[in-house]
Amino acid sequence: MKLHQKRLLYAGLIVLLVVIWIFYAANGPQTTAVLAGTVRAATLLALGAMCGMIGERSGVVNIGIEGQFLLSAFAAFTVASMTSSLFLGTIAGIGMGLLMGWMLAAMAVGLKVDQIIAGTVLNIAALGLTSFFYDRSRSLGVGKYTNIDLGPLADIPLVGTVLFSRPPLTYLTMALLIVVHVALFRSVWGMRTRAIGEHPGAADTVGIDVLRLRYFNVTIAGGLAGLGGAYLALEAVGTFSRAMSGGRGFLALAVMIFGRRTPFGAYAAALFFGFTTALQNQFQLNNTFDIPPQFVGMLPFIVTILVVALSGLIGSMRDPAALGQTYEKG
Amino acid sequence: MSRSLLRTISIPIAAVVFGLVIGAILILTQNASPGTAYKALLVGGAGDSDAVLRTLQKATPLIFGGLAVAFAFKAGMFNIGGQGQLLVGAVFAAGVGFGIDGLPLVIHLPVALLAGGIAGAVWGGIAGTLKATTGAHEVIVTIMLNFVAGNLTDWLAANPWKDNSGSNIVARTPLVEDSAVIPTFGAVPVGFLLAVITAITCWMILERTTFGFEVKSVGNNRHAADYAGIRVGRIMALTMAVAGLLAGLGGAVESLGVDGRFEAGVNVGLGFEGITIALLARANPLGVVPAALLVGLMEAGAARMQFKAGVAPELIDVIQALILFFVAAPIILRWVLRMRHDASEQLQLGAGWGRS
Repeated sequence: MKLHQKRLLYAGLIVLLVVIWIFYAANGPQTTAVLAGTVRAATLLALGAMCGMIGERSGVVNIGIEGQFLLSAFAAFTVASMTSSLFLGTIAGIGMGLLMGWMLAAMAVGLKVDQIIAGTVLNIAALGLTSFFYDRSRSLGVGKYTNIDLGPLADIPLVGTVLFSRPPLTYLTMALLIVVHVALFRSVWGMRTRAIGEHPGAADTVGIDVLRLRYFNVTIAGGLAGLGGAYLALEAVGTFSRAMSGGRGFLALAVMIFGRRTPFGAYAAALFFGFTTALQNQFQLNNTFDIPPQFVGMLPFIVTILVVALSGLIGSMRDPAALGQTYEKG
Repeated sequence: MSRSLLRTISIPIAAVVFGLVIGAILILTQNASPGTAYKALLVGGAGDSDAVLRTLQKATPLIFGGLAVAFAFKAGMFNIGGQGQLLVGAVFAAGVGFGIDGLPLVIHLPVALLAGGIAGAVWGGIAGTLKATTGAHEVIVTIMLNFVAGNLTDWLAANPWKDNSGSNIVARTPLVEDSAVIPTFGAVPVGFLLAVITAITCWMILERTTFGFEVKSVGNNRHAADYAGIRVGRIMALTMAVAGLLAGLGGAVESLGVDGRFEAGVNVGLGFEGITIALLARANPLGVVPAALLVGLMEAGAARMQFKAGVAPELIDVIQALILFFVAAPIILRWVLRMRHDASEQLQLGAGWGRS
């Protein structure tokens, strides 16, 4: 990041904190509810965005995150309900995510199916399979993941409730943001990953097995989406319902682009999108303003379109050069 | 039958067969009989004239949805926004359908259809224009527009255009005037004929006109088309508008011919079925008709399958996904069937989200 960009970022953060403080002084409980809702909604988007970015950094578009969320949520819910263990349910969700990541890799990398079509196959299959096997009479049996207070940190007003009194998978996601950041930008794996996304031919020349690394990355990334599915079923909602991912897998892609395919950038974008969701919920609960909820609901999608369009115009954001292309060893 | 046609249709047919076979295994896991289930499916979709009418009705919006994807494919673009284009088409056709009265059928019906088509064209055109002017990838824009359309049509059906008759609390418009209802001749709904004519028109446009040639040139090689003097951006914008028009017409036919009104959330999924149908038809407008009839038949028969064999109707969605998988990855079928590999059959669209 350049110096003036850094200054702009810090200035923006300070303004944001001041605004939050003013709102908190004016209406404490409502501000807390909106911000807690923001963090809650951002977790799923951040996991999906990380899944997408690992794929795209290695040159594979993953448009199947929506389906990965949905089928993983189903697996997590079903296993948790059968074993009465949220932990085993979470593992099952991650496992299903890995399996779907592997399937995407098998289609897009192995069979060289068009990547967007491969992702679409995952989405349609997930919707069909979960609807077909959905058992309305099944319930979770155990309660969903509950908040864990991080000692005295949780007692800080506002910040304590919003950040340090959260359920476990939210903490895990925050930790994963750091892990993925370090892995992508500070490790050999990350350098190779970015290399096969930018110039697979060159990477091949220096001895990186492009197809194998893409296979591996897309599969591992699926695990992150799988965790997202588990989060959705076992922490956010506490049950499974048909098509419950509700388009958030697609929003995660937008979050990823918005956040320039970096974990922290994506989390900032996820918080912004989460904020619009939380605001929408508050509006519906309180009838604060006379804005129809549907128009607030449109906001993140319209913002995404504007961001994608503007980034093309300004040219400040650039896709990995080999994104979307299958690689043939020459 | 010529050899090339046989070659072309062998993959889609094999994909359908494989989809049904795996579907049968799924039926067995539910302790039901695949024979009973598939027989009920067939009878429910084609057993008598009522069943045929149901199939044709189901197939009609599917033809439009499939064409909307197939047409964009020809210019190398992936229109995943059929859902949104269809929704705006459906709601605006219904709006004109119930909002105006006193017009004769010969004027009211075409105007209502056109309103749906234009709404869809605008929706698709936004994505195409953004692609042409800013390079914003049509896949991400059309997905986002789907959600915007979902919210917009929900709002329209729940607020200004809400059906306030009796005790209705559902987000839906009033029934359209009789003069805007698509009539039926015997077992053949006029909407279906319209869909078939539209499919033939699309084929004519693509194969017999300059515009069609330009669309395909852009699809084959954007840079070569540019070099040859074709205005690539304009063609991409127009193609998406045409695709949106087709999907919007599909929504209009759904509102005016099947449901008689717009109801929020009724035709969820139609946009995605359009993708399956377009790929099954190998993006050929004429192939879209049989592909849509097949899917329409499965949907028309699903209720009977559930009733007779106790199989959840969602099995249809699974089979569709399997068919999509096999047509998208023909290499698997070719390996099983020991066919020669033909690289030209593989569809390729992928590119980044930004400029390309």
